[in-house]
Amino acid sequence: MTSDMIVAKDLKKVYGDFVAVDGINFTVKQGESFGLLGPNGAGKSTTMKMISSVSKRTGGELTILGKDPDKFGPEIRAHLGVVPQKDMLDRELKAWENLYTYGRYFGLSRKFLKPKVEELLAFAQLEEKRNEKVEELSGGMQRRLAIARGLVNEPEMLLLDEPTTGLDPQARHILWDRLFRLKEQGVTLVITTHYMDEAEQLCDRLIVMDKGKIMADGSPTELIKKYSSKEVVEVRFGTDKNEQFADEIKKLADRIEVLPDRILVYTAHGEQTLEAIVAKGMNPVTSLVRRSSLEDVFLRLTGRTLVD
Amino acid sequence: MSLIQAGVTSAVAIAERRRGKLGQSVYAGRPHRVIQRSFFALKSSTWLGVVSGFVEPVFYLLAFGLGIGQIIGNLTDGAGNPVSYSQYIAPALLATSAMNGAIYDSTWNVFFKMHFAKLYQTMLHTSLGALDVAIGEISWALMRGTVYAIGFMIVVTPMGLVTSWYGLLAIPAATLIAFGFGSIGMAVTSYVTNFQQMNWVNFFMLPMFMFSGTFFPISIYPEPIQYVVMAMPLWQGVEMVRGLMLGIIDGALFVHIAYFLLMTIAGLIFTTRRLTALFMR
Repeated sequence: MTSDMIVAKDLKKVYGDFVAVDGINFTVKQGESFGLLGPNGAGKSTTMKMISSVSKRTGGELTILGKDPDKFGPEIRAHLGVVPQKDMLDRELKAWENLYTYGRYFGLSRKFLKPKVEELLAFAQLEEKRNEKVEELSGGMQRRLAIARGLVNEPEMLLLDEPTTGLDPQARHILWDRLFRLKEQGVTLVITTHYMDEAEQLCDRLIVMDKGKIMADGSPTELIKKYSSKEVVEVRFGTDKNEQFADEIKKLADRIEVLPDRILVYTAHGEQTLEAIVAKGMNPVTSLVRRSSLEDVFLRLTGRTLVD
Repeated sequence: MSLIQAGVTSAVAIAERRRGKLGQSVYAGRPHRVIQRSFFALKSSTWLGVVSGFVEPVFYLLAFGLGIGQIIGNLTDGAGNPVSYSQYIAPALLATSAMNGAIYDSTWNVFFKMHFAKLYQTMLHTSLGALDVAIGEISWALMRGTVYAIGFMIVVTPMGLVTSWYGLLAIPAATLIAFGFGSIGMAVTSYVTNFQQMNWVNFFMLPMFMFSGTFFPISIYPEPIQYVVMAMPLWQGVEMVRGLMLGIIDGALFVHIAYFLLMTIAGLIFTTRRLTALFMR
């Protein structure tokens, strides 16, 4: 077996005049947890659809588990587990029936599926809810059911499109825990997200996408090291006042970003820099020293914030 | 127990069996798994909707056949024999009930599954192909149409409205009618993008039901209009069932059969193409 799960070379997708994915290159290795990060409309979901073999590429090369999706679509789909952005659960069916019928679509036998459905209900912590219809389940439960459904064919690679969008913090953490378990078992995960904390939590390696192109790639730590400083000081002087202090602060830091509501000051030592700012007679209304995150990487790369 | 298997999973082995076969990208040989899903969904659906579609033609039979039929008296069938008005319209209403059953499922239900439940997108994320989905869904519509037709037969046979043993063949004929309508119904629905357009289906269905030789012979129309009616699928179905139930078997039967086979195939091709264009673009 090849250890390259996905190889994309100059991958392109064009809808009419709109270039959704504009010649991207990446490789995903077996057992890796790979993230596609970017704002809405960056081309993440389109890329995901091409990987899922439900969308034909316009140009370039794409190989999934050594196969060309243009020629072996159904075979590749049998290898994959897909958890779509909107769960797309079967609302006319009960929780367990969702898992069972989905397995039947793959042609799996009743004998195989009976224990499989039990196992997956346990994994999704939905044993008590087995006979409930989808509507009766909370958002977090529905998402877990969708993940369980994606696992019914024992996929070698699980594709998750925005897995925690719309979930409350507690439900997110439960979900992350489930995904960690899968990762431990060696399932290759491909995750799209516009949440930086999610990418930092779940991804070994990621690509940052914007407007159909890859802006950067690497592990979260590598990216932060390369495109940001160790720490960030966030200072607010109040609306309209931020600009007037910008020049002065710039002299005290590696780099700054002036946002409408605050100034981000990039520096190796946050506390010292903040002290220096105050010592110069500038008194911010609020201030915060934090570690650099992927959010800062994105801002650096695109000049824009991720969630706007 | 591990949630994944090392190496090739059984789902993959199943999918690989179709490698190199004709149409492997659109057909996995599993439309019955799509039908099975409908059986699961049926358990939790309301039976009222199912029953209402069946009783409609029965009401027409009672109102027109037994009611208005009393005033009209006898008509002559294609071979010149006298038949009662009830005998004349019963086959037409059987064809109509088969059509209704198939159309209900393949239009509004398909529209809902396509645009709101996103069911076909989900199915196409598995190793199923667009043709599996099309055949599976159309077969379900066909089954509903057939069940309606059988129900209608059970009502009309004791009333003495089936005069020939050929009448039994009206059931497979109804299945064929349901297949044709289900197929075209799903094809048309797959091109429809909003509710307003869906209402055009009803707008087309009602006059077709009224004027396709259902309640009176089309010989009363001027000749050009007769040809228009004869091109309509319901007229083809009505004539096919009427011939069988009244025991008039001639070459026209084969024309009707060919008509529905073509209708079915055309519907399958367009549905498959459209599903592919919508969900695998």
